[in-house]
Parts: sequence; structure tokens; C-alpha cells
Amino acid sequence: MSGIHSIKPILPVLITLTTVFLIMASRRRPNLREFWSIAGSVGTFVAVLTMVPTVLQGEVLCFELSRIAPGLSFRFRVDGLGMVFGLISSFLWILASFYNIGYMRSLGEHAQTRYYACFSSAILGAQGVAYSGSLLTLYLFYEIITVVTYPLVAHHQDEEAYEAGKKYLFYLMGTSKGLLLPAMVLTYLLSGTLDFSPSIQEGILNQEGFWVTLTYWLFILGFAKAAIMPLHNWLPSAMVAPTPVSALLHAVAVVKAGVFSIARVMLSVFGLSLLERLGLGMWTAYFVSITIILASVIALTKDDLKERLAYSTISQLSYIVLGVALLSTMGITGGIFHIVGHALGKITLFFCAGAIYVAHHKKRISELSGIGYAMPFTMGAFALASLSMIGIPPVGGFVSKWFLVHGAMDVREMGIVIVLLVSALLNAGYFAPITFRAFFEGTERTFRLREAPLWMVIPLCATALLSLFVGFWPDLFVELVRSMR
Amino acid sequence: MGLFENPLPYDALSTIIFLPLSGALLILLFRGERAARVMALIFSLANLALSLPLLFLFDPSLSGFQFVELREWFPGLGLKYALGIDGISLPLVLLTVLLSPICVLCSWRAIEQRVRAFMFCLLLMETSMIGVFCSLDFVLFYIFWEGMLIPMYLLIAIWGGPRKDYASLKFFIYTLVGSVFLLVAIVALYLKQGTFFIPDLLFKSYDYRFQFWVFLAFAIAFAIKVPMFPFHTWLPAAHVEAPTAGSVFLASILLKMGSYGFLRFCFGLTPEAAQKLAPIIVILSIVAIIYAGFLCLGQQDMKRLIAYSSVAHMGFVTLGLFSFKLWGLKGAMLQMLNHGVTTGALFLCVGILYERTHSRLIADNSGLGKVMPWFVAFFGLFCFSSFGFPGTNNFVGELFVLLGAFETNKVMALFVIPGPILAAAYMLRLLKRTIWKDGETSPLEDLTLREVLYLLPLAVAVIWMGFAPRGILGLMESSLRLYLEAVKGAM
Repeated sequence: MSGIHSIKPILPVLITLTTVFLIMASRRRPNLREFWSIAGSVGTFVAVLTMVPTVLQGEVLCFELSRIAPGLSFRFRVDGLGMVFGLISSFLWILASFYNIGYMRSLGEHAQTRYYACFSSAILGAQGVAYSGSLLTLYLFYEIITVVTYPLVAHHQDEEAYEAGKKYLFYLMGTSKGLLLPAMVLTYLLSGTLDFSPSIQEGILNQEGFWVTLTYWLFILGFAKAAIMPLHNWLPSAMVAPTPVSALLHAVAVVKAGVFSIARVMLSVFGLSLLERLGLGMWTAYFVSITIILASVIALTKDDLKERLAYSTISQLSYIVLGVALLSTMGITGGIFHIVGHALGKITLFFCAGAIYVAHHKKRISELSGIGYAMPFTMGAFALASLSMIGIPPVGGFVSKWFLVHGAMDVREMGIVIVLLVSALLNAGYFAPITFRAFFEGTERTFRLREAPLWMVIPLCATALLSLFVGFWPDLFVELVRSMR
Repeated sequence: MGLFENPLPYDALSTIIFLPLSGALLILLFRGERAARVMALIFSLANLALSLPLLFLFDPSLSGFQFVELREWFPGLGLKYALGIDGISLPLVLLTVLLSPICVLCSWRAIEQRVRAFMFCLLLMETSMIGVFCSLDFVLFYIFWEGMLIPMYLLIAIWGGPRKDYASLKFFIYTLVGSVFLLVAIVALYLKQGTFFIPDLLFKSYDYRFQFWVFLAFAIAFAIKVPMFPFHTWLPAAHVEAPTAGSVFLASILLKMGSYGFLRFCFGLTPEAAQKLAPIIVILSIVAIIYAGFLCLGQQDMKRLIAYSSVAHMGFVTLGLFSFKLWGLKGAMLQMLNHGVTTGALFLCVGILYERTHSRLIADNSGLGKVMPWFVAFFGLFCFSSFGFPGTNNFVGELFVLLGAFETNKVMALFVIPGPILAAAYMLRLLKRTIWKDGETSPLEDLTLREVLYLLPLAVAVIWMGFAPRGILGLMESSLRLYLEAVKGAM
């Protein structure tokens, strides 16, 4: 096994696990319970940070938990790709923990212990997915995410929440059992191992044929958390969950676990050279292009703010897959950087949606005329994050789009460039009117001046500023991606 | 076929077979219900302790029978008192001795009438079950095989639920029909070879016509026991009406005798017929997996649901066996053990609920998340294990069976895939309805120490076999290879 053997890769998982138990143990003392959430998130982030210098040097950290049979093992492996996802999901958990407190307490939500425990468990799953060293490990944590987020989606326990929860499990569990499981079995039979390849050039599979191609598509569709059409419908329904869940989990941890897994399978199971030989890269790129355009068009029609954001997420997630599918350095860099760019922008947007709901109980975009006067900070952050989504410099989203367009031009695919440009226009088409409506329609007296609690406003301003920050200084994440060989 | 002597200074296998029986007889001598309970517990625990030397002294590199005891019994008929275990029977023996004290513990309060007779039956069951797995002589095997029938019948017929008469009779008739076919096969083999000694009968080349008929007789006997579709209809009735301990023995051990028989006798005695008729078994297995999955989705009674899920799980076992691949055989063996642990545990959980709410309906047992958190933790783990959640025992077993099935025929294997999806659907449905409820739940007592004590070993087994099954796999590997080569050689 190449790489440095170290216990560091499982530390974030262990810390999040401990946090879950501490949260459950202090269910009668809410302040202590919320302290554990924050302490756990900070501890996890620190544990993740300690791995960054090693990974930046191009090294890989490994830890093997157990081995079931030759090539079948539970193992952890941290490289640049895992580091990017691990860093962003653990860091945003800190901000979301504060935001959670503001949101849940302001609305006096029920079953808060369950909520916080499941929330931390979902991060556990995301951290595990990020540092998985084999398909088996990836599958384990991927499934953990599915089941622990169910109580969050169905949190309100009413008819609508149950329906959404049912749909959620049906899509996510159905695809993981029905498509991923056979894909893993086929991969093992074709290659003799499920452990990830140490190189992104050569994967563990190296033959061609019908079953290899089938396995590939089983994987692409099987990771339904990536919400690639036609398996996207669970995501808009999952918006019935409390907004912090939509923000951190359904814009960052859960959905990114899906696209991350797809990227991981493309790079570490199939490898760039095999995908090149099979010609699957471009097929994938055009396949997800449909999602990019179609989801944006649907987003235009949605009046419910969270639903519009959800369709925007569906569209943006496919950027990441598209980038990797270009199979060029620029494309991969852009795609993976978009994990960060989109995460910071979209979590801000959802935070804002939640803040609006807490402060003024508004959900519909058509009701937001003039809210910019009442909530200047929130809507300012919203405007900034929208710019990032559209891809206007110098906000984070611009960097990823720059790399993506560059990557598409490198491989001379003008079709993809056009898709990216049309999508940017559509993004502008559904984000700009919200900001415009908030600041330039209605009058100052439409809403009483009232911001959401500081617990919420500070995190959302922080994420908005951060998305500006990574637009200026994207180096860390770009270097992490480049460290993969 | 190697036979290896018993390295222990005493007859290890006879001891673990007859210790429960002597305990059973002792119970009859004493009066008092408490004494019966305590004595049953002591004897079953002692048996567990006495089987540990078997585990530690077992040599996994040998494929033949170990700890062999061989005595003349009835020389005129060629009968021998012959015992021995190999890598296939040892794990099943260990499962039996592990579950026996658990069954005693779970009946501690649930059984209030005729406690002595109940404990007598339990210990008698233990003797017969271990006997079946250890016998190397067909007559001895058949005696133990039939020996389970009566105590099991009594467990259902005396301590069963409202429809106990119907269920126990149905169980009795089905099993008896199976036994008749088993007897026919045994006699046919005796007439052919003039011996009942199993090692002398195994791996001989019989002509195909003979193999065909013997296989058919064996297959019917074992298919009823497993039970395979369409012979499964006795199972839900028996499970629903049986007391908890009866359900646990039934699901965890008795069903395994069918799959054990398939592996030991259909592979070892009639390999060519097994090869030729495998497609039928494979198709029936896949039908069982899918059909039982759909049935589970519609169940209102928890025990019925788990009973039907057993049919699906055992479908995986027979599918793995008849894939004729090492993955498939390993997976099948693992699934036998996993099913024993997980389904046994699920029946225990339903029993715990029944003691509190006196109902097995899902609707009467909902909203437990708030009132019985510890119970829900265990129950959740076992439900997850049951639908093959990664990191639990069933995941490894199912993965291995699927590896075997895909290795044999990829297109055919794709038809199995709806099975795991259905499993997730019905188990999650069950979990959601038991944990959550709209409105308030009336308070119920959470797990007692006794209940935690008997659930904990099973929970540990679920996780342990999910992450580190290599120890168990190592025990069985060389024996499985022997049987696999026998079947492959017959091609």
C-alpha cells in the first residue's frame, strides 16, 4: 500500500461519532448539547486541518481498519480530492452549528436532540466518504448518510414530510441497492479488488467491453445523491426539511458526497486513460449537460425560494461531474474546485432563505419585494452569493467556471462551452430577479426593519465573504487538486 | 475423506450433545419452576463453555472431519456411533450453543405455565440440533433429525399463540413429509453401498440415474426445511404462533439444517445431479427472494414479516450454494450464520415487545423511539443488519453470494437485485412505524438487564462479522473447497 500509514484519516470520523453520543447523552441540557455540536465541529475541522500540509506535498495518508477478503477492505485514504471535500464540509459544519442554534431555537422546533444527533451523523458520513480508501468504505458511509438524513427530511412528521421522506429513501436507497451494489460486484469480478487505485491515470479496471461500460453507467446513475436527471426529484422534495438541513446537507454534505463519489469512481476506479479509451468522458459530459440546462430552466419557473435553490443545486452539481468528465487537468480542477465554490455560495443562499423565514415567515419569491431594506445584511450576502452562482468575477463561482471553460476549450468541445455560457445566462435569469425584487421593488415600509438573530446573520455573512475570498485566493484548493497524480 | 482423531482427553462431541439431554432429565427430577429455569441456564451455559475447546483446537487447514468418535453400534446392520465435525458443521454447532442460553433467558418470564416441560423441550432441542450437525452415520443423523420434530411440535402446540393447533399440525405434517423423503434417500444409499457411515458414502461416483432420484428425494426433504419456495407456507404459521424461543430455534437453527443438508449431501453424494438440476434451484431461490420481499411489504404482523424475510434470506443461501463458486459457498455459509444471528435477534426483539404490549401488530407497537430508546437501538441495528446494511454481517454474506451469482451468470444475477431493494423497503418501513408515531405513546418499560444481556452478544456478532468475518471464513474454507471440487469434478 503506497502512502503514509497514519491514524489521522479516521480521527474526523471518530470525533464526529463521539459528538453524536455526547449530543444524545446531554439531551436534557440543551445548552450543553449545543456546546457539543460546536466543539465537535471545531474539533473535526482541526483534525482535518492537520492533514493538509502532508497532502499538499503530494503524499497520501492511509489507514486500514479491517480486511474481509483479498481486495475487500474497510480502509481510509486521504488525497487531494478527499481533502477538498473534507475541508469544506467540516469547516461549514462549524458555521452551520451556530446557525442551527439560531434557527431551531427561534422557531421552537421539536425533537431537537434527534435533529442535532442526526445532523452530526450526516457529517460523520460525509467525512467518511471523503476519506474512503475503497469502494466498500465509500458505500458504508454513503449509506450512513442516507439513513441518518431521513429523520431530518421527515423532521416535521406531517403528511408532506413523510411523503418527502419516503421519496428520499426510495430514490437514494433504491439506487444504492439496485445500481451501486451490482456495480461493486461487477467491479470486483472484473478487477479483483475494490480498493482505490493510487493513481488517477490508471484505475483498478483496465479492460474494455460491455460489462465495463455497464458498470460505469451503474455507478453514474447509482450515486443518486448527485441528483443527475432523471434521478433528481428527491432533492426538491427534501426541501421540506428545516432550512439548515437544506443548507449544509442538501447543498454541501449530502449532495457533494454524491458528486464526490462519482468523481472518485471516475478517477480512482476507472482512471483517466481507461475513460479516454472507452470514450466515456464526453458521453458523461453531454449527459450531465442535459441536467445543467434543464434544471436551470425548471428553476426559472419556481416561486418557492428553497425550491428554486434546489433546482439550482441540481444544475450546479452537474458542473462538478462535467468538469471531471472532461478528463483534462483544467476540467478536473474546475470541477473539483466547484465543490468549494458552489458549497460556499449555495450554503449562503440557503442560510439567507432560512433567515428570511425566521424573521418574516416568507417562503415565496413573489413576497420578497422590498425585503432588502428590512434585512440589508442578509440580502447583501444573498446578492454576493448569487454572483458566485452566476460566475461573475471575482466571486468563487467564477474561478470554477473559468477552469471549466478552459478545460472544455482544451479538449476542443465547443458544445460544452456553449452549455456553460447558456447555463450562466439562465443562472442570472433566476437569481438576479430575486435581488432586484428585494432592493428595487416595493418600498422601505413593506417590511419592518428586522434582521434574523445574530446566530444566523453572522454565519451567513461569513460564508458570503468566504466565497468572495476563495475567488481571490483559490490557491489552496487548486493546489490540493493538483497534488493528485 | 480424512478422519482426524479427537485431541481432547474426553469425548468432546458426545459431551456437548448429551450434556443438554442430561440437564433435561435432571429438570424432570426436581420440582419448582425457578429451579428448572436456573438449571436450564446453567446447562446451556456449560455447554457453551465446553464447545470453546472445539473452536480453539479445530485445525482449519484440514478439510476432513475432526474430533471423530467412532464406535461399533449395531454391527449386524453396519451401524456405527460416529461423530465428527468439519469446517461446515463447526460454525453451525457454535451458533447452536450460543443461541441455547439466549433462548432460555428470553423465556425467563414469558413462559409461565409448565416451565419444567418447556425447559425440558428446549434442552432436548439443543441435543438434537447439535446431534444433527455432528452425526457421521445416517441412522444417527436421522434419529437426531426426527428428534427435533417432537419437542418443536410441543413448543408450538403447548406454548403457542391462538392458532397454535393449526400451526403446529401444519409444521408437523410438512416436516414429516420431508423426513419420509430423507429416509427414502438414506435407504437407497444403504442398498447401494451397504453402509450408513457418511464418510464412506461421500465423494463416490454413483451413476447418474441413481444420483438423480437420490438428489430429488434429498432436495424435497431439504427444500421443505429451508424452506424454499413453494414449500414455505408452513413457516409463517409456525413462526407466528410459536413462543419466542421456539421461533428463534426454528429460524436460526432448524432452517439451517435444510441448507446444511444441501451442501453436505447433495454436493457430496449427488454432485452430477446437483449440477444438472441447479438451474431449477437457482430459479426457485430468486423467486423466493423477490416473492417473499413483496409479501413482507404487506405484513401487519411483525413476526409474519420476519418469517417471510427468512424465506428471502434463505433464498440467498440456496442461491449461493448452487452458484458452484467459492464466493457463493462462502456467502451461503455466512448467510446461514448471519440469518441465525440477525433473525434470531429480531424474533427476540418482537418477543420483548410482546411481553409489554401483548400484541405483535406493527400498529400496536409504534412510537417506541421516545419510550424505549435502548430497545430501539438494538432493534434498529438488527433491522439494518437484516437488509444488508454495509458494516453488518448480512452485507458481507449477501455481497459474497452476489459475487458467486454474478461470476456464474451475470444476466441471471441481475434478476436478484430487486431483492435487496425490497429488503431495505420493508425493514425501513417496519422501523419507521415502530419508532415514530403521531401523538403520545403510553409509557413502556425499556430493556431490563436480562434482556440487554442476551441481545448484546448478538449485536456484537452483527458488527464483528460485518467488519472482520475472516476468522469465521478461515474455519470453513478448506472444507468448502473440498465440496466445491467434488461438484466441479463431476462436470
